[in-house]
Amino acid sequence: MLNVLLWMPLAIGILCLVLPHRVAPWVATIGALARLGLAIGLVIGFDLGVSELQHVVDESWIPDLGVRYSLAIDGISVFLVLLTALLWAGVISFSALRGHHEQRGRRRLFYFLLGLGETATLGAFLAQDLLLFVLFFDLMLIPFFFLIGIFGGRDRIAATTKMIVYTLVGSLLMLVGAIATAILVAQDTGELSFSIAELRANLLSTGSQEWIFCFFAAAFLVKMPAFPIHGWMPDAYRAAPLPVLVLLSGVLAKVGAYGFLRIVLPIYPDATVTFQEVVMVIAVASILYGSVMAFTQTNLRLVAGYSSVAQLGFITLGIFSLRSDGADGAVLQMVNHGLVVAAIFLIIALLYERARTEDLTRMGGLATRAPVLAALFLVVTMATLAMPGSANFIGEFYILNGAFQEKIAFAFVAAIGVALAAFYALRLYQRTMHNRLPEGAESREISRRDSLVLTPLVACIVALALWPGLILERGEASVEDKIAAVAEAREPPVAMR
Amino acid sequence: MTFEAPDIDYAGLSPVLALTVGVVLALVVGLFGSGRRQRIVVSIFGLGTLAAAAGLCIWQWGESKELIAGALRIDDLAIAATLVAIVSAAFCIPLSWREESVERPLGPTGHGEFQALLICSVLGMTLIAQAQNLIAFFVALELLSVPLYVLCGSATRREQSLESGLKYLIIGSLGSATLLYGLAFVYGASGSTDFDGVRAAVGGAVVDDPLLLIGIALAAAGLAFKLSVAPFHQWTPDVYQGAPTPVTAFMAVATKAAVFCVVVRFFDVALGPAVGDWQPALAALGAVSIVVGNAGALGQDSLKRLLGYSGVAQAGYMMVAVVAASEAGVSALVFYLAAYALMNLPAFAVITIRERETPFGDHIRAVDGLGRERPALAAALTISMLALAGLPGTVGFIGKLFLIEAAVDSDYTWLGVMIAIGTMISLAYYLRVVAAVWMRPAAERPAGGAMPAIAGGSQEADTAGKGVRCRVILGATLLAAAATVFFGVLPSPLVDWAARAGESIAALP
Repeated sequence: MLNVLLWMPLAIGILCLVLPHRVAPWVATIGALARLGLAIGLVIGFDLGVSELQHVVDESWIPDLGVRYSLAIDGISVFLVLLTALLWAGVISFSALRGHHEQRGRRRLFYFLLGLGETATLGAFLAQDLLLFVLFFDLMLIPFFFLIGIFGGRDRIAATTKMIVYTLVGSLLMLVGAIATAILVAQDTGELSFSIAELRANLLSTGSQEWIFCFFAAAFLVKMPAFPIHGWMPDAYRAAPLPVLVLLSGVLAKVGAYGFLRIVLPIYPDATVTFQEVVMVIAVASILYGSVMAFTQTNLRLVAGYSSVAQLGFITLGIFSLRSDGADGAVLQMVNHGLVVAAIFLIIALLYERARTEDLTRMGGLATRAPVLAALFLVVTMATLAMPGSANFIGEFYILNGAFQEKIAFAFVAAIGVALAAFYALRLYQRTMHNRLPEGAESREISRRDSLVLTPLVACIVALALWPGLILERGEASVEDKIAAVAEAREPPVAMR
Repeated sequence: MTFEAPDIDYAGLSPVLALTVGVVLALVVGLFGSGRRQRIVVSIFGLGTLAAAAGLCIWQWGESKELIAGALRIDDLAIAATLVAIVSAAFCIPLSWREESVERPLGPTGHGEFQALLICSVLGMTLIAQAQNLIAFFVALELLSVPLYVLCGSATRREQSLESGLKYLIIGSLGSATLLYGLAFVYGASGSTDFDGVRAAVGGAVVDDPLLLIGIALAAAGLAFKLSVAPFHQWTPDVYQGAPTPVTAFMAVATKAAVFCVVVRFFDVALGPAVGDWQPALAALGAVSIVVGNAGALGQDSLKRLLGYSGVAQAGYMMVAVVAASEAGVSALVFYLAAYALMNLPAFAVITIRERETPFGDHIRAVDGLGRERPALAAALTISMLALAGLPGTVGFIGKLFLIEAAVDSDYTWLGVMIAIGTMISLAYYLRVVAAVWMRPAAERPAGGAMPAIAGGSQEADTAGKGVRCRVILGATLLAAAATVFFGVLPSPLVDWAARAGESIAALP
């Protein structure tokens, strides 16, 4: 099942390369919806309350290096897999419905790259072998390099090169770190293995853990991106085509957070404890910086982009509270943020069509003749600012709760971020939808084909608000398991308090 | 008094014999016919010779025996390096079709001479990969170098090619002389020309012998010239750029395979007991090479110069495997050599094709907009660049993986980090090429008759092969690119092959 899910996007992507121009988008759409069905099937069939891996696939891949092709899902990855399938299905059908990329005459290439990107991302979420994870993590960059570079806007080549160099700096060091981990462990056990479970069972000495932790943290924090290593983000967000931005911000950013929870906490618990405060400082700095920047930017994309920086700061804070409620909230928030930011970027695409600009100061009044669009946008805005009643509220509550009990000072500062979110989210909504309609802009209701994608997405946000337990219940056991790994590493058993 | 002639193992010697016969006959075959017919006849003969040698190599795969009274030794490592050299020579033959350097200035015998020189160089590589003593080592090195000097200068109507040949000759001779001087010191210190004898002597008491240390230093410098390892790399970009592109392709790939093979035998085996003396020096050479090569490639507009500097950096990566001085290191090296051939050959093939199709020579503008114009070529070049950059899904990633693993395993983690840092820098220029291919519009060509401002100076050079769309070249290019991806996804066959080569060196841990 996981094999089909993992390789289907790439297979269909290759198929799209040889199909006629008109057919390719629809084949891609059908494939993406089929994957979404599979992912929903995974969630339905998920065994509750078990921290063990499910649907395990385990084959030898490079025996000389002890690298195995092993895939599985647990309570954390199952929802990220669902999020991936959902957003990819949304983006592919959104693009197919509008024929968005005809202008450059490279539609087939577009769908191929999207397929490759989905395979790589799913691979990162499913991999149970450290090296396989690194491989997929690096592979994710290639399709996005092309997607931005070929289909992007102004300065796309510089932006995409900057992005790939930034992100690969971290992930190549991560590769060295992964190999070093396996070899150092093998010196004790006598057998070279990259299996995450094996590495977790045989921990490294604290000194080795510390430098390897830094390599991994660099990779994950750049990917998110976190302040102050977010330098690639503004350029890439300005240049990227909006559907691609949905995936970049909605899914790819989560891989970094997922990596912390899935890999760093269990394999490098001692270093995690050592660097807990450092990472929390980075997280809080990201929250404040992201929120303030989101409030001051006038480009719609950057408002959403910096708000992502802040949101991922929250997620990181939750994970590094090293308490299960904080981490639970982080998992919930990963899915929440993915859904919300995807909806925002799709809405930005619609707003751009209506106002012919992405500049907040030259927009306004778009709600006058578009009540449905305005309503959908309002729901998304409320979710972004974590209005009580939204799943984001629950997620942030869990995160802050975890942080309060762990390091109260960080939680206080982070709480400012919650207030700032209200500022930038409402500003975004008001400046675009309310006030007077500027000249050249046109208030138009959302078209049927666009609502075909946007409505289900907003429905997911609402559904999650009504039933956050869907994620919390299934994620709990796996999160507990990761936190327990760290708890052993702490001298006074704080977590038992 | 009776004299016992040494027993000659013809089976083990058969690849060498096949190539020797091929060299001699290629000249004769080259006399038949002219133009198109000559090209076909000679190429079939040349490819046949290489195929025969490759077949004999595969036949001898798994053997491990001394040849010619212990001067040579055929084992899996030698065969692996030979196969890489043969494959790159075979790839170079179709590339040389319609190359003005081959077809015009040398007159009707062009192809015969070209292939005789090419096969002669392969013969030298075969011998050096098998060398077991200092003398065979040096003779074989000259045998592989001298034909290359001539090949580099073979485009006699192009000033750059002549300059390239001359430069390579002078620098190469300097390298050879340095190496020879070093080998003499090693002989002086150990009293033996056999690698085994040197090993035995070094294993004794001579490790701190200044003679030996000088010998090691000079030999390392001489070999670094040949491998274009920084800081002995200055000739590389000039020679790579000036030489006819098919020759550059062959030189870049095959020379490295053969010379690295003897570097393993010389340092890891013969000087193995003195590992503490040369390991830090070679580690420093490798690290410097990674930095200098990658930094040098950054601003290059000429694709051949870019690949030249990239070759300097890649030689640095491979040097890491030698420094590891372990079986894992040798396996990693052999794997990377094969990967290097697969990654580089498509790139050079695309450059050759574009040199003939556009007036831009090997300038990066020649591949602007290639993605729209020739998607198949663009895909091959992209795969090649991504693989050289070591991105996953390609054989380059697996190769770097093994190199880093070997380095970390031998407590040279910092060299593993150097590889990672080098790779980061390298992305900037490899991706620049990829961006040109897919993200830029095709460069505007100057109106007909205008002379190009860059490489390829003469009218003949530009019109010689214009518009050639050779299916054989395209097929070989796509095959190599496909193999780059295939072995990146399913590396096991190539890994097993490299592991066998590593195991054939018994002296290593």
